[in-house]
Amino acid sequence: MGITFRKETFRDDFTFKNSPEHIRRFPFPFHEDAYMYAVNIEPHVVGPKGSVLENLIDVDEHYVAEMQDRALVLAEDPLRCQSLPHMTLAGWDLLELLMEQQALGYPEHFTLTRDGDRWRWINRPLGIDDTFTFGDTSTLPYGPMEYITRQSQGDFCILDQRDGNLWMDAGMVTTQADWSLDFDIGMNFFEWHAPVPLAHEKGIFTRALKFLTNIQQGKPARRLNWTMTINPRLDTSPENYHKWGPDRATVTPENVGDKVHLRVELQSFWRLPRSNGIVFPIRCYLIKMDELVTQPKWARRLHRVIRDLPDELANYKGLTRFRPTLVEWLSKLDDGSATSPGFGPD
Amino acid sequence: MSTGTTKLDVVVSDVVPVNDLVTRFHFRRRDGQLLPTFSGGAHVVVEMRDGERTRLNPYSLMGSPLDTREYTISVRRDDVGRGGSLFMHNQVRPGLEMVVSYPVNLFSLDLRAKKHLMLAGGIGITPFMAQTTQLAAEGGNFELHYTCRTASLGTYADVLRERYDRRVRLYHDDLGERIELDRLLSSQPLGTHLYVCGPAGMIGWVRDRAAALGWPSETVHFEHFAAPQPGAPFDVTLAISGKTIRVGEQQSLLEAIEAAGVDPPYLCRGGVCGQCETNVISADGKFIHNDHWLTEEEHRSGKKIMPCVSRFEGRSLVLER
Ligand code: FES
Repeated sequence: MGITFRKETFRDDFTFKNSPEHIRRFPFPFHEDAYMYAVNIEPHVVGPKGSVLENLIDVDEHYVAEMQDRALVLAEDPLRCQSLPHMTLAGWDLLELLMEQQALGYPEHFTLTRDGDRWRWINRPLGIDDTFTFGDTSTLPYGPMEYITRQSQGDFCILDQRDGNLWMDAGMVTTQADWSLDFDIGMNFFEWHAPVPLAHEKGIFTRALKFLTNIQQGKPARRLNWTMTINPRLDTSPENYHKWGPDRATVTPENVGDKVHLRVELQSFWRLPRSNGIVFPIRCYLIKMDELVTQPKWARRLHRVIRDLPDELANYKGLTRFRPTLVEWLSKLDDGSATSPGFGPD
Repeated sequence: MSTGTTKLDVVVSDVVPVNDLVTRFHFRRRDGQLLPTFSGGAHVVVEMRDGERTRLNPYSLMGSPLDTREYTISVRRDDVGRGGSLFMHNQVRPGLEMVVSYPVNLFSLDLRAKKHLMLAGGIGITPFMAQTTQLAAEGGNFELHYTCRTASLGTYADVLRERYDRRVRLYHDDLGERIELDRLLSSQPLGTHLYVCGPAGMIGWVRDRAAALGWPSETVHFEHFAAPQPGAPFDVTLAISGKTIRVGEQQSLLEAIEAAGVDPPYLCRGGVCGQCETNVISADGKFIHNDHWLTEEEHRSGKKIMPCVSRFEGRSLVLER
């Protein structure tokens, strides 16, 4: 059967859309009518069929368009992809992980064949058929991390583990919510988390770091994070703030449903076997309000969550400017009835 | 979530005596698949079904990380220890089905290093077998200094000399040979990382000298082979699970907690990873902290204990578990 890949854009005319099946599989992040910051980490195991967790590395109808958007970002700004010299081995680890998982989950689209070190990778949606020597960088058109992450949805941070800390020493980051690899590269866990409000006091980061440095091979973990983006822009980097920042002032009661998007990041954490590093894929899912409110439970719940969000969190997530307009619009879809527990639509 | 390790079903494919004290064990996957890839310095926890008891001992993987058809470990027989190594030597034969954990690496190479200076004592050579193989394949720069009691107890010394020739220096205690540590440490190029694995005394000596000679602590890596020490039996109350248990003479506190049906987290079972850390709710008596995880201050405070290696002597102990 296979996936029907959409032709769409994440810039200029913004033709990005979710099909009805994709609306229902959207990873809605609120399991109750309120939101509080927490280390909500759980084992990254396969979930229900038809959900974004059906495979541990998800490929969906936006795959081809996202990869084209990534190529455009890289052409403009090659610094979105960086790897310090000691991270090449971790890049091979990541290449193996992503090829294995994509071939396992979507055999009709991807095929990996290995004959010792001679590997053949077929990526049908992107028309790639390459044979290379695993471990020999000269046999690929890019370094191993760049090669495979130009073919994998989501951003990827590769962390080196040393001195009981994690160091952001490599990454492919083109679909981020307002942070920059070029700024964070070489920083440790506490340094790159420094801007998050409220979290330090609670000792959350110390516990999260302890958890992450103990991530083991064969036992990945995951968490969801969320924010909101105006227009379906994948690339909301600080470098491009001048492009997306002003969008936040363009929300009106008439265009809320079309412009405001819930942006959910499925972050997973994997121990890499050869380098003993950790990779941190951040997969971004977008849904516009008009699509989201086709599920009445989500409409009601999102209204309550956004309305009751503490100001400093709303600020941190960049919602302040358009929050009143959004809450007003959502409130018309909230009949006050109870929402059922859990994330899924009714 | 549970932080225990993921398990692998293996079969013992070979048992090879190496010398008077050391035996090597080879494991293959029962389903014939490749084993998970690992990195030099990783260990697996081997489960031993010894009658009623399950023993869990960590051993470094010493094979090549580039070849995962089998895992190999080397076990030094300890006649006065708690019995794990004797079980391996006396009961484990080719064909035996066993369970080992996924690899865990708490003694990882720092891949930024310009040079890797390795110091091994006795059976502490095993993690370096895999690390040198990994580095040699990548053209990495390393130098290994290996001390053993006698030439005949120099486990794999011949293999290493043959593979790496002058990059390996041997020292035999019975000939009075000793590493000239200060000279060695003072003559290294900038960007060298130091790795040491061996008896506690050796690790302490190397760390002290390195610190005294100005090596930054993040360039000094060490792995203890600290097995839990036997000791007088003692009683413990586990507050959350509401159980009172007895820790036997040859048992570790962690093992006793597991035997009582509680599933506490662990990774190293040797007092270094921090995973089994447990809060003390009340205690009347004296702690015997054998771990390398808690700070001295934490040891003195008596508020935390590492159940994988630490013991207690006294009237009562209540832990949060
Ligand atoms: S299990 Fe590692 S310190 Fe106890």
